[in-house]
Amino acid sequence: MNELVPVVEMTDIAIGFPGVKALDDVSFRLFQGEVHALMGENGAGKSTLIKALTGVYTIDSGRITVLGQQKHFSTPAESQAAGISTVYQEVNLCTNLTVEENVMLGREPRRRGSIDWRAVRARTREVLAQLHLEHVEPGSLLSEHSIAVQQLIAIARSVEVNAKVLILDEPTSSLDADEVNQLFRVIRDLRDRGVAILFVSHFLEQVYELSDRMTVLRNGKLVGEYMTRDLSRMNLISKMIGKDLEVLEELDQASTRSQARLAATAQPFMETTGLGRKGSVSNVNLSIYPGEVVGLAGLLGAGRTETARLLFGADKADEGSLKIKGQPLKMRSPRTAIDHGIGFCSEDRKEEGLIGDLTVRDNLVLAMQATKGWARRIPRRVQDELVAEFIQALDIRPANPEALIRNLSGGNQQKVLLARWMVTSPDLLILDEPTRGIDIGAKTQIQKLVNRLASEGMSILFISSELEEVLRLSDRIAIIKDRAMVADISNDDVSVEDVLTVIAGGAQ
Amino acid sequence: MSPLSTVAPPTVKKTSSVGSRIRGGARYAPTLATLVLFILMFVVGAGMYPSFLSGQVLLNLFIDNTFLIVLAVGMTFVILTGGIDLSVGAVVALSMMVTATMLQNGWNPAIVILAVLVIGGGLGLLMGMVIQYFDIQPFIVTLAGMFLARGLCYVISLESIPVTDPFFTEMAQARIPLSEELFISPGVLIALVVVGLAFFILHHTRFGRTVYAIGGNENSAMLMGLAVKSTKILVYCVSGLCSAVAGILFSFYSLSGYSLAAQGMELDAIAAVVIGGTLLTGGVGYVLGSVVGVLVLGIVQTFIAYDGTLSSWWTKIVIGGLLLVFILLQRLFTRRTA
Repeated sequence: MNELVPVVEMTDIAIGFPGVKALDDVSFRLFQGEVHALMGENGAGKSTLIKALTGVYTIDSGRITVLGQQKHFSTPAESQAAGISTVYQEVNLCTNLTVEENVMLGREPRRRGSIDWRAVRARTREVLAQLHLEHVEPGSLLSEHSIAVQQLIAIARSVEVNAKVLILDEPTSSLDADEVNQLFRVIRDLRDRGVAILFVSHFLEQVYELSDRMTVLRNGKLVGEYMTRDLSRMNLISKMIGKDLEVLEELDQASTRSQARLAATAQPFMETTGLGRKGSVSNVNLSIYPGEVVGLAGLLGAGRTETARLLFGADKADEGSLKIKGQPLKMRSPRTAIDHGIGFCSEDRKEEGLIGDLTVRDNLVLAMQATKGWARRIPRRVQDELVAEFIQALDIRPANPEALIRNLSGGNQQKVLLARWMVTSPDLLILDEPTRGIDIGAKTQIQKLVNRLASEGMSILFISSELEEVLRLSDRIAIIKDRAMVADISNDDVSVEDVLTVIAGGAQ
Repeated sequence: MSPLSTVAPPTVKKTSSVGSRIRGGARYAPTLATLVLFILMFVVGAGMYPSFLSGQVLLNLFIDNTFLIVLAVGMTFVILTGGIDLSVGAVVALSMMVTATMLQNGWNPAIVILAVLVIGGGLGLLMGMVIQYFDIQPFIVTLAGMFLARGLCYVISLESIPVTDPFFTEMAQARIPLSEELFISPGVLIALVVVGLAFFILHHTRFGRTVYAIGGNENSAMLMGLAVKSTKILVYCVSGLCSAVAGILFSFYSLSGYSLAAQGMELDAIAAVVIGGTLLTGGVGYVLGSVVGVLVLGIVQTFIAYDGTLSSWWTKIVIGGLLLVFILLQRLFTRRTA
């Protein structure tokens, strides 16, 4: 790599939002003619860094220089004027306009105050030809083309301005393999022409295939900058999740779960074959037996929540099949799932799970009432008994049924959410990150509770970013990688490293 | 029943076949549907009433609706960005009141017209800035603008003020002959110039294309580095200016200023724009479509006048029905392309 002056140099960038430090003194360099991958889990600060560079967010402190000149971007237009173009995950073009307009919008050649449409068309053809898109008719509507072509047209827009820097934010997440290859060919072409490319992707394979260098972020902080060829996948992952390999090995599983009770039941409660949804996850093959805790492991953003949403009917699967107690079932909506005894504690408890302005009791009763139907009201006395019972059993604090949910701590909110589902005594409970952001005491209580529920015969799908936790609780571990389920291993003698190996895509 | 009820159903059928025949040109479908509807109504009218088939009936549609055409043009800009402007009717009334009062006090007509344009454009600009900088729904801001403008009318005068200025009476009575028996009014020329100007701006300037881009996807437009903020403000200014022009045209037409004039005219303008094929969600539509939309409203009125037995309220009922049909058509259309 040519160690010249970087095209883009970001030094000690900090950006904060109320209550969060999204970026904390992060530095980043991008050189001409390289593909530089920005790596990190969801929430590591990748998008924030990109938005700082593209002028969507204004930086609180730090310095951005482009080609040696210090810049202060406060709008996307300013960033684009400095030669930085971005292609976002959801193609940010206007589907109601034609291809040529999307390529040239805002930069249309003019003649005597009027847009010269003939010149627009000629220029568009020229640019499309550079990207091997001769078959795309400039006058056709953008909405007539596939997402992949729209993605390439978005790139054409940046080629048109001779962008020096091209930022690709998750460009491949909704493309199939052929389309990815076509995109990569274009990216390599541009790199060879000297464009500096910043590439963000959750797909490790693609990052290794395409990138020359990578910068790793974690929790808004810079972990380091590495040459791709010098950094093994295992090392990369340990840097992304922030644990040294040695430590990860020490934390080996201490699973004390008995396999005995599993053997008793021959029929899984839920069984899926090849379940998937375009643009979400694919190939989900899961069997969950009564009384079993199945852990769902994978990097953040690999497709864990998406899997949970498929199983719960929050997203509709478009391939594969699903059986409940041996009966095939079309999971049409969460309603169907609830009717068949499935509960889902979502990752985002504030947004999706609890109603903050209601009391603890109201939130618990809500779930009970929903299973009974609205017509049959639960008597106040029964409500009080049940609520008191759960508050005690789960040690919800304050032990006041009339406390407003939003005034409870995260851990206690989580307990109420759990209680809400326990009230309905589901056969399968899907827990998405139930222990995230709560203190260690509450965390252990929830882990114990999961164990207890399983020993009472409930099936549990346990999703967590903390591998140790998954290993400690689960009987079996399903591993999601690059938006597909890649392995299903029995947690007999599995170490954190074994799981990481699978996630890194080495053996198995 | 009125002849109209026999007109509507075949029109609907026509629409879908036109839409499917023009491949790739599906975006013109709603506007073409309106055009077909208009031609059909004209043909049916000619069949029922022989005197309907005269060029002057067609030209009268323009002469009687100059102000509505101009209003619909301004409204098209706003709706294309996905916004709405409820203030236009009240701004028309305010423009008429200001015109009548200033003329009564002996101001030069040229200065009066300039003042009205500044007031209309300024009000629009103000509303646009409130909408943009305080991030408030256009509906509520322009509703406030409507009350403000209407209130100002009452402040000026509760009585109708006649316009006796020679220039205005000349404009009201002048007829521009096209042939031996056909003629138009100067107002029609002004309205057509506004339409032509709007067409040029929307299709041949960056401002115009940005209007479409914002309606298509505002976030994308912003990320593409387009001037989203200023464009969004300017469309309300354009609409305000058009309201002022419409107010002047209405003064030519009615030769008076009255604070209760143009009540509900904003809704007629919105109806014309929607019937003309512009999507209320923005991004799709043509100013020429809005003109046809106004003509459709006009021909419905003419029909009822020709029939003679129907109360004029039938106009409202038919327009309501047409609006519903067109919105349903649009829904089908967007579902198909989405």
